[in-house]
Amino acid sequence: MKTYIPCMIIAALLGSIHFAAAADISGKVRLKGTPKPEIPIQLDAMCGKLQPKPVTTRHYVVGQDRGLANVFVYIKQGAQKAPPAGEATMLDQVGCMYEPYVMGVVAGQKFKIKNSDPLLHNIHATPKVNKEFNFAQPTKGQENERSFDQPEVLVRMKCDVHPWMFAYIGVVDHPYFAVTDKDGNFTIKNVPPGKYTLEAYHQKASVAGGKTQEVQVDGDKKIEFELEVPAAP
Amino acid sequence: MTESTNNRWLHRLAVLTATATLFLICVGGLVTSHGVGMSVPDWPTTYGYNMFAFPFSKWIGGVFYEHSHRLVASVVGLVTAILASWIWVRATAGAARWLGLTGIVATLGLMGVRTQTMFVALAVVAFGVIVFCALRLGKDPRPIRWWAMIAFCAVLIQGVLGGLRVTQLKDELGILHATLAQLFFVLVGALAVTTSRRWSESKLSIYDTGGLRYFYLLATGMILLQLIIGASMRHQHAGLAIPDFPLAYGRLWPATDPASIAHYNQLRVESVALNEITASSVILQMIHRITALLICLAIGGALVRTWRRFGWESGFTKGVVAWGSLILVQAGLGAATIWTNKAADIATAHVALGALSLITGSILVLWAFRCMQPAARQAEPLSAPMQNQGAVA
Ligand SMILES: [Cu+2]
Repeated sequence: MKTYIPCMIIAALLGSIHFAAAADISGKVRLKGTPKPEIPIQLDAMCGKLQPKPVTTRHYVVGQDRGLANVFVYIKQGAQKAPPAGEATMLDQVGCMYEPYVMGVVAGQKFKIKNSDPLLHNIHATPKVNKEFNFAQPTKGQENERSFDQPEVLVRMKCDVHPWMFAYIGVVDHPYFAVTDKDGNFTIKNVPPGKYTLEAYHQKASVAGGKTQEVQVDGDKKIEFELEVPAAP
Repeated sequence: MTESTNNRWLHRLAVLTATATLFLICVGGLVTSHGVGMSVPDWPTTYGYNMFAFPFSKWIGGVFYEHSHRLVASVVGLVTAILASWIWVRATAGAARWLGLTGIVATLGLMGVRTQTMFVALAVVAFGVIVFCALRLGKDPRPIRWWAMIAFCAVLIQGVLGGLRVTQLKDELGILHATLAQLFFVLVGALAVTTSRRWSESKLSIYDTGGLRYFYLLATGMILLQLIIGASMRHQHAGLAIPDFPLAYGRLWPATDPASIAHYNQLRVESVALNEITASSVILQMIHRITALLICLAIGGALVRTWRRFGWESGFTKGVVAWGSLILVQAGLGAATIWTNKAADIATAHVALGALSLITGSILVLWAFRCMQPAARQAEPLSAPMQNQGAVA
């Protein structure tokens, strides 16, 4: 009997390891319809020197096979609160543009904001749920850390010195999110087994922002989304 | 406002203050038109510098407008302080004279302590002084020294409101800041009128048979309301809530259900960071349009009544013609603001003409109450000079 209990524990542990094997949710987001053309950005003289190529707005960035970039894909329902899986993406200011345009962080997770330009920017977060902030980064190479406490998809970041500068941050209370690459591909890594509601949220496509799908994770999953350009009223 | 008999240089200073205020309103309009109100995140410092020592090489992008706004505001504050001191010293003697003057000078001195706490403390004291002045004016609204002291306190509070709007990240304070700007402009405009020679020599010369004084007052009040609505629209930082005119989203009255609003937002492809529009911002713009129409009708009515009563030669008729012309140009600029997708220069001109329409109405009201008397008193002789009306306090 005494040896039986440890055996059971080992068996249970093995079992749980088997069942807890986290899996990846990957896939692609496509765009249906033709969006309005992006607007060329009129940089001022100082920013123009830093940005040799002409730049435009980034409302719809469409890649190969109608793949839609900058879509925030995340588990909307079903996931437990979980700590960050690694270091957060850094929000960089390069040539008077934000890089990346869309990123994600875990609620409470600190992320870096960097000024890579030899001129001043202000970093102004304009959330609806979280606490608004606005601070200065007057010098090149300056880095500061900030965080958002509450889940919120998406928080807009802006620079008021250069009104064309804005970017978005998705805040969720677990690390199961991804942002689609230039061809609309995404991978959410190490998702524990379970049944989830997955949302693909894009700032402009589809009425009310996102489209959701149910997904049962019991191994790697492939999910495809299709978002639509809203029709004129 | 009859206490001060005219002094040419005092009058000129008051006109200068009013002109500088209009210029300041224009620069403030540029700040919101360009959407750069938050481009300097700190106050009363500018990127950590004392604002008067902020290097010109750093006046880039939006900082140029916001920092200029702060500097021009400082100049208007200083000119107002001189104007208020002058009016105060002329009208007082003994302890009152020294108390008022010391108060103004000490306030300017304390502003050298450039911390937010000091500025807020001064604003609180200034508010108390305004209440005190208002109580005195409640007994007798004529002595302009109380109005001048209110102007000084108001310009200080206005500066602090502008600063707090930045550091406290509150759009609502922006609306208050824009409204107080208009009221301050009316106040210094009134000081300019009442320090003029013409004002002190004017007489009760005509009868107001048609209630014209109140008609002007009503139209001016409508303009003030319209400016507050306009300020609320600007300070939502959402760009055009309705992108077309004269229709609204292609209809007479736009849809404001959540699905339509979400849809309107998604259709917008904006090149600058604008806030999303809301149902209330759409409705607010519709109210702004309707109020504009009502103001045009009111001033058209005022013109017909004034002309019938006094004919073309009267200064009042000429004044109302000028007022009406301003309003027509202003309505045109309003439409142009929409058709140009809120081009910054057009939108700023719309702010400037709004202020000019308000001040023109206010000046007409002042003169109307100065020169017209109720028709019921028609039996009394008209020759009574104005000096008899106002006791020199
Ligand atoms: Cu910037």
